[in-house]
Amino acid sequence: MPSTRAGRPRSIGWGLRLWVTAVAVLLLAPTLVVIPMSFGAGQTFAFPPKEWSLRWYEEFFSSPQWMSSVVTSAQAALLTGVLATVIGVAAAIGLDRGRFPGRELLRSAMMAPMIVPGIVVAVAIYGTFLRWHLNGTLLGFVLAHTVLAVPFVITSVSTSLAGYDSTVEVAAASLGASGWTVLRRITLPLLMPGIASGFVFAFVTSLDEVVIALFLQTPEIRTLPVQMYDSITLEIDPTIAAASSLIVVVTTVALLLPQLVRRRRSES
Amino acid sequence: MRPSTAPTSTSHGIRISGVSKVFPGLPRPAVDDVTLDVAPGEFMTFLGPSGSGKTTTLSMIAGFTPLTAGSICVDGEDISRLKPHKRDLGVVFQQYALFPHLTVTKNVAFPLQQRAVPRADVEARVRAALELVGLADFADRLPRQLSGGQQQRVALARAVVYQPRALLMDEPLGALDKKLRDQLRREIARMHRELGMTFLFVTHDQEEALTLSDRIAVFNNGRVEQVGTPNELYERPSTLFVAQFLGESNVFADDGAEVVVVRPERLELHAEPGAVPDGCRHRKAVITDIVYVGNHHRIGLRFADGTEGSVMRLAGTALPAAPGESVVASWSPRHQAAVPRPAATWGV
Ligand SMILES: Nc1ncnc2c1ncn2[C@@H]1O[C@H](COP(=O)(O)OP(=O)(O)OP(=O)(O)O)[C@@H](O)[C@H]1O
Ligand SMILES: [Mg+2]
Repeated sequence: MPSTRAGRPRSIGWGLRLWVTAVAVLLLAPTLVVIPMSFGAGQTFAFPPKEWSLRWYEEFFSSPQWMSSVVTSAQAALLTGVLATVIGVAAAIGLDRGRFPGRELLRSAMMAPMIVPGIVVAVAIYGTFLRWHLNGTLLGFVLAHTVLAVPFVITSVSTSLAGYDSTVEVAAASLGASGWTVLRRITLPLLMPGIASGFVFAFVTSLDEVVIALFLQTPEIRTLPVQMYDSITLEIDPTIAAASSLIVVVTTVALLLPQLVRRRRSES
Repeated sequence: MRPSTAPTSTSHGIRISGVSKVFPGLPRPAVDDVTLDVAPGEFMTFLGPSGSGKTTTLSMIAGFTPLTAGSICVDGEDISRLKPHKRDLGVVFQQYALFPHLTVTKNVAFPLQQRAVPRADVEARVRAALELVGLADFADRLPRQLSGGQQQRVALARAVVYQPRALLMDEPLGALDKKLRDQLRREIARMHRELGMTFLFVTHDQEEALTLSDRIAVFNNGRVEQVGTPNELYERPSTLFVAQFLGESNVFADDGAEVVVVRPERLELHAEPGAVPDGCRHRKAVITDIVYVGNHHRIGLRFADGTEGSVMRLAGTALPAAPGESVVASWSPRHQAAVPRPAATWGV
């Protein structure tokens, strides 16, 4: 499996290249528009801005409300990433190796949050968390987002498992490695690309999630997307463009990082 | 764990008693009441057609497959309930099964680390093992940067570096092309001589089995048909299956419940029955074809009862007749092996 990754992709024709570029522009342009807007100097949104300034960034970074939502979001995203990765990796391996009745049912159940409408999940979680007193707590955000993020981890780890020959584990056992050692030294390192991208997806899922977070928020604790939502419903000013730009940049970097690392590694 | 710092390993015997394996849903056992004794330091080969239970037997010895019945002992210690990592056996797989994310050195060091061998010893023993397989210069490569033959050598080094009680190999040459097979086969023979370790080797290639083994266990339908030295199996097959699986044979109906097997190089050809030496048995035949095979001729025969057979003649000796001609084939009873007439069909 590493040999195919190390191989150079075949070069693609000009027609296809043009097509891909067009699709990419179409998909990304609306998102990227907010970046120049965030550097505007005017009181309202303008594209392109007539004058440039950093005032909305200053606004953003000096507001305790915006800052506390950034901290909450970062904490929730990191913890969700870790928790969803641990659960998702274990689930993917168990679903791949386990031979037990109800395996497919369990897989569907764990993948369900991907399919069930977000608002339905949000209402259900809201009701349950009210009883458990988890509304308006960091733990509440983390648990709720983990439910949403686990399917992404399972999917990406399952993909890694599909191209994985488990004879190496049998071999490791014959060489004297116990079950735990095999997991730690053989299985997990070989699944690392899938695990890393699963973590990133989980992290980004939490960072971008707004529906559940809206339900779970209190005036004291809210995530960045919720803060953004609240800020447009109350008063509109371009601070939100600065916030959006930051989210776009952070998500993009998070998603590209594993690929860049992988390319660097395969070149060395 | 055994201390294993001695330069040569002491040898260990393996006793397989009444071992069976039943896979649910299969009509008959994959392995059916197999009993075998592998002597310390012996090179024992499991030979048999596809599906005859060789891999399943080896995998029960290694601990990857639980037994349905029977027991497996190493030096008298019953290991059949031990987990694979507690058995202290080396295993080599057809598809190498190297750890793709570890260098050659780290692959070979892996079993030593599991045994908490001191770091300084690890280095020396890894180097010695890589030298044994001629790969000392490849220590820092990753498996994918090696050819198939080189990968299998690394797998061999990894499986012997900790001086396991025996080395089990399941068709280790199966994934290699002809030239590499021959080369690696000779190296395995050399390793066996140098290490004095007990080797258990699985193949369905009779040439591999005949050239490598001290003894061969011939598997068929989950059972061991016969165990013996290559020479014993060739000269004294105890079943028709063994006679036909190993080398060529002429099979003649005999009285009663037996048939007689004669190897091609034991047959003499004569122009007429009068020329058959005293005390020899004979059958009439027609020559079907003559093929030049390396250093000898293979003369195809069709006997009066319709069965096919063959005779071997060293190239350079005069050929007794040409295709289409009638001849008399004779043999001395000393060179025949009587085996039970098969009840029905056999083998594949
Ligand atoms: N895990 C399994 N589940 C069910 N049946 C199995 C399993 N492993 C092997 N068998 C069956 O057991 C029988 C013996 O298989 P085995 O792999 O031991 O044969 P083999 O002699 O190694 O053959 P080959 O030369 O093709 O490798 C076959 O009929 C096979 O289909
Ligand atoms: Mg096999």
